[in-house]
Amino acid sequence: MMAALDDGFGGYLVLFAAGFVATEIWRWLGVLVGSRLDMAGEVFQWVRAVATALVAGMVVRMLLFPAGALADIPLAVRLAAFAGGFVCYFAVKRNLAIGVAGGSALLVLAQLIPK
Amino acid sequence: MPPSTTAGAFVRGLGLIVSVPSVVLFATALGFGALAREGGFDFGHAVFLSAIVFALPNQMVLIDQLMRGATVAGAALAVTLTAVRLMPMTVTLVPLFQGEKRRPLLETLAAHFIAISTWIEGHRRLPTMPVALRLPFHFGAGVAMACMMLSGTITGYLLVAGVPALVTAALLFMTPLYFILSLIATSRSTMDMAAVAIGCGLSPILYLVMPGFDLLATGLVGGTLAYLVGRRFRS
Repeated sequence: MMAALDDGFGGYLVLFAAGFVATEIWRWLGVLVGSRLDMAGEVFQWVRAVATALVAGMVVRMLLFPAGALADIPLAVRLAAFAGGFVCYFAVKRNLAIGVAGGSALLVLAQLIPK
Repeated sequence: MPPSTTAGAFVRGLGLIVSVPSVVLFATALGFGALAREGGFDFGHAVFLSAIVFALPNQMVLIDQLMRGATVAGAALAVTLTAVRLMPMTVTLVPLFQGEKRRPLLETLAAHFIAISTWIEGHRRLPTMPVALRLPFHFGAGVAMACMMLSGTITGYLLVAGVPALVTAALLFMTPLYFILSLIATSRSTMDMAAVAIGCGLSPILYLVMPGFDLLATGLVGGTLAYLVGRRFRS
């Protein structure tokens, strides 16, 4: 059994504090600030840009420095399949499902081709 | 046909259970369930986390930290750094829920269902909806996504050994693709486009320079630059 986590009440308490509270506090702060901001205002625009840049940054991090099984796929294959997903998306009337499925299918295909 | 009642909007939100984000979320949760099992966590702990946190990257970080033997305080710090992103996301979504009267309790509850998937779908679908129907739609979408997250976690935990690595990799690959294509699809202004481009460019540099704080720095620096670019193009 994990040293940090027992299977009784204590383990759940650790997850509640380090998982729920550590996460939820930022949502609560967001409600507090968001409900006081004017949507047409400059501050709101800036926060929107920050949120968008953050999510974009996460995407690139997942692609270049992945965790788990994706890390075993060569970088070149990941990048090529990612680009392929873009091509699928724009080729088929900006269809999200086609873009996502197409990119993942290309990743599998590239790995299955004998080297 | 667009929904016209509160119940209709909630059901429409629930309908997101059949959607691209729902499949992507299921796939990511599958990875989380598998990681929790491999890390020696109880089934109950994994499901509990998915049920109360509703933010997979944070859950991954928490499991990873505890696996590496971090203290509870250290793990909480790492999780909270990952969670900072939820604040600007909530700030930009909550005003969409608000009509004439404020409902702080409901809005706080609604904020629990803000994760990248519901944030993206919210920005895509809420603005064209009557204000009164936005909150019920968001709750419906949140419940649908939570169901997918729970079923993904359970499936991943139980199936961990049975899934070939290539399939797992392909499932994990869906998340960044869905995020980036949706960001592009929901970009409405020069500022949005600039934020996507600058965020993508900055992130790998900052990841190498200041790991741990890289996302926060990408958001603040990239977002500010994008905001300035956008303001220049507006005037």
